[in-house]
Amino acid sequence: MEILVCVKWVPDTAENEIEVNRDGSDIERDDLVYSVNEWDNYAVEEAIQICDKVGGNVTVVTVGDEETEEVLRREMAMGADNGLLLHDDAFDGSDGRGIATVLKAAVQKGQYDLILTGAQADDGAAQVGGMLAAMLDYPYASLVNKIEVDGDTLKVGREIEGGNQEMNAIAMPCVLSIQTGINEPRYVGIRGIRKVASVEIPQQGVDTLGIDAAMVGAIGARVKRLDYFVPDLGEGAEMLEGSNEEIIAKLIELLKAKGGLK
Amino acid sequence: MQPGLIPPANATFFGIPTIIFSWLIPLVGVAVFTYIIALRMAPLVRAAPDNRLDRIPQRIGNVLKIWLAQYRQPRYMVAGVVHIVIFAGFLILSIRSFSLVIIGISEDFVMPGFEGMIGHFYNYLKDYAATMVLIACGVAAYRRVVVKPERYAVPAKYGKEHTAEALIVLGLISTLMISESLFEASSVAADTHAGRPTEFLVPLSLVWLCKIALLPISVESLQRIHVASYYIHDVTFFFFLCFLPMGKHFHVITSLFNVFFMRIDRGSVKPVRHGIRDEDLDDLESFGVKKLEDFTWKHILDFYSCADCGRCSDNCPANTVGRPLSPRFISIKGRDLTFKNYPIYPYGRPFKKSEDLIGRTYEEDEIWSCTTCSACEQECPIGIEYIDKIVDLRRGMVDEGIVPQSLQKPLRALEKRGNPWGKMEKKRADWTKDLPEDIKIKDLDKDSAHDLYFVDSITSYDDRMQAIGQATATILSKAGSDFGILGKKEKDSGNEIRRFGEEMLFQIMKEMNTEAIINTGVQRIITADPHAYNVLKNEYNGLPPVEHISQFITRKIKSGDIALAGANGDGKVYTYHDPCYLGRHNDLYEDPRMAIDAIDGVKRVEMQRCRDRSFCCGGGGLMLFYEPEEEQRMGVLRVEMAAQAGANVIVTACPFCLVNIEDAVKVAGMEGKMEAIDLCELIVQHLK
Repeated sequence: MEILVCVKWVPDTAENEIEVNRDGSDIERDDLVYSVNEWDNYAVEEAIQICDKVGGNVTVVTVGDEETEEVLRREMAMGADNGLLLHDDAFDGSDGRGIATVLKAAVQKGQYDLILTGAQADDGAAQVGGMLAAMLDYPYASLVNKIEVDGDTLKVGREIEGGNQEMNAIAMPCVLSIQTGINEPRYVGIRGIRKVASVEIPQQGVDTLGIDAAMVGAIGARVKRLDYFVPDLGEGAEMLEGSNEEIIAKLIELLKAKGGLK
Repeated sequence: MQPGLIPPANATFFGIPTIIFSWLIPLVGVAVFTYIIALRMAPLVRAAPDNRLDRIPQRIGNVLKIWLAQYRQPRYMVAGVVHIVIFAGFLILSIRSFSLVIIGISEDFVMPGFEGMIGHFYNYLKDYAATMVLIACGVAAYRRVVVKPERYAVPAKYGKEHTAEALIVLGLISTLMISESLFEASSVAADTHAGRPTEFLVPLSLVWLCKIALLPISVESLQRIHVASYYIHDVTFFFFLCFLPMGKHFHVITSLFNVFFMRIDRGSVKPVRHGIRDEDLDDLESFGVKKLEDFTWKHILDFYSCADCGRCSDNCPANTVGRPLSPRFISIKGRDLTFKNYPIYPYGRPFKKSEDLIGRTYEEDEIWSCTTCSACEQECPIGIEYIDKIVDLRRGMVDEGIVPQSLQKPLRALEKRGNPWGKMEKKRADWTKDLPEDIKIKDLDKDSAHDLYFVDSITSYDDRMQAIGQATATILSKAGSDFGILGKKEKDSGNEIRRFGEEMLFQIMKEMNTEAIINTGVQRIITADPHAYNVLKNEYNGLPPVEHISQFITRKIKSGDIALAGANGDGKVYTYHDPCYLGRHNDLYEDPRMAIDAIDGVKRVEMQRCRDRSFCCGGGGLMLFYEPEEEQRMGVLRVEMAAQAGANVIVTACPFCLVNIEDAVKVAGMEGKMEAIDLCELIVQHLK
């Protein structure tokens, strides 16, 4: 099975202190460190596991620049067979639709049976997977937490709000957005990263992909960011007081009242 | 005068000269034994290399102390003394046993050098030795069958009890002792009958008792007993020899070698592969231990040598709190696998194909459960190593990507930010902001100083542990040290990164820290974190001398640079908890105690488990992030031990110990009754 996994290099909130820059157009990016978007890691792990079972190749693709290429190397260290960097100055400033347009072109250049994305990105809007499927006119399942290969179709499980599980049949080729918890992604050590450090990663741009530059990038964006700010702090935290038992009782009461417990 | 008994060399059995057996039994015995040992050597030859032929004088010293003098045995008094008796008896009787084998062929044989007085003296000695060994076997059997010490039990998941094998061996030893005595006693009894001068038998010895028992018996019967006991001894001796390499009694043969080859270095873990330099690690195809033969030959020799005494697991904190780790079974399972893959009766293929150890022989959680506290290695009477094996197995898992999610995050953060919490590098020195004006800390990025205070991650970033940093800086400053810190140039020292198997990440941290430290030109490194102390001192190269703050404090108290106020009847009873990486790994037991005792009028008690038997608080570094399966926390047990000792303040000298023990005080519900404090904080409280 040929699987394409769309991945993204994001500033991990656990390893950064995110601050908005002075003019409020973006976050301060000088001191940031980047990681593989968490959901994408699960998607790549799932793709590798599927190929381990039924054979095939995993290709990881990202839209970005030479620095972003690192995300592909990480996933290749994890076990993805190929990387593909979609890089062009014309892509800068793309909205979700623009990114989906670029990815769609890349999908059509290859022969993929299955396209996986993370359910969302740390800094994203969870829109690219669905748009990509629609543009490709492929079946789409979101928030997938289970995949079973059954010939040309897949059985995919989705977690439904409230903890229920749904199983669906979906024909390939298709697009799935992957929820965390579907597997336990393997660790990528320094050794693994070094092994793929010098692998040549192919690049494609507007010309090679055959994209109309006016459809992508800042020009093509139909959603434009107006402002970026840290919201004002709301009411302060409520400190529960009393003995341990009393605090626990109050906490349970509060959780029930706010719908956290049933 | 009647002739004496016919010796086995001249006797006949249904007309067959028994000398045939005297030849046959040793020949078959030696041949079978040689074959078995050759088979047992095969995995050692195929195993990974290990450099154990250096520092020969020190190795001989270890053999004399740990093997010959059985130095570690009396740590368990009854079992230890029983073992020493059997061990000493074996050494003494080995000469007699070899002589006996030859006597069956040539009746007048005397071991060269054992003629005359020495021979007589030796005979008395060996008679008492045999007697003592027999008594010791009785005590040992009683312990096995009646007393049943907890540590001999085999939990269901590890298979069946090992009592049968122990009893078989005790039976074999007893048979050897009794048959040897009967052989001699029958001859003396016959001589006594005939009125010939007899060999003097030492009173109350086994042979002396046998002689008395045999006196009423006819000479014909004595003749039969004489020859029969000889061949019983001969067969038992060679059967025993060939039985030893089949199980835990292989240690009778291997322990000498195991102790000779035992690890000499302290505080460091083995290189990924002996003979490969750090710079060349990238060229290795595989890392760590994944299959049996990835272990070094010494580690397989360890498996052979394990006597199944259970002392390691009895002292292992992970085992005590119910984590799925028992060092004893790391060895036993390794040995069983080695025996299985290299069978004595190799039908078809001589050796079985090696499979992955993780998931078959060892479990992931078992290997992650170890805090590398070294209690097992400290205890093992024959120098079996565990930490290196655990670390090698972890290296193998890391290489295969098998790392629990709880550890993946801190490892990634370490790679990106140089600390396991992923905090910003520029905030590494934020803990200095709350210090009073007069405590000056130089930034060694800009200034130069004589001493470097290496803070390390937890003290730099953890809100509570920053107080240790502040106390340390206060002590350094008040004692007149010209010191500074690396600030954002400092990275995690990597002690646990290495011990959790992420060798290449450790190498990166080591390189960055080494470069940063060398560039400052400092003359000395001081740290209050034993994990940093250990790794900087034992695993980094080319650094100036490293001192733990407790050494600095005692040094400065002696020189008069630090003066301490008295305890002033504070009503507190202190106990000092030995951090593993100060105590067992670096033998630093006295300085922290001397520092506490320098407070006039201080009341300090010792916990039962102190010094090299200290009980790990739960583990430091990455172990803080690991979520083990366990029934209770190590720290809680430790707090209870302190309470038992009558203390109400636990003094530690390690930030990780403080985290674990402070948490444990809360978990144990002992807030208000027990407090935990770092040595530096205690000293600052009493600074004049």
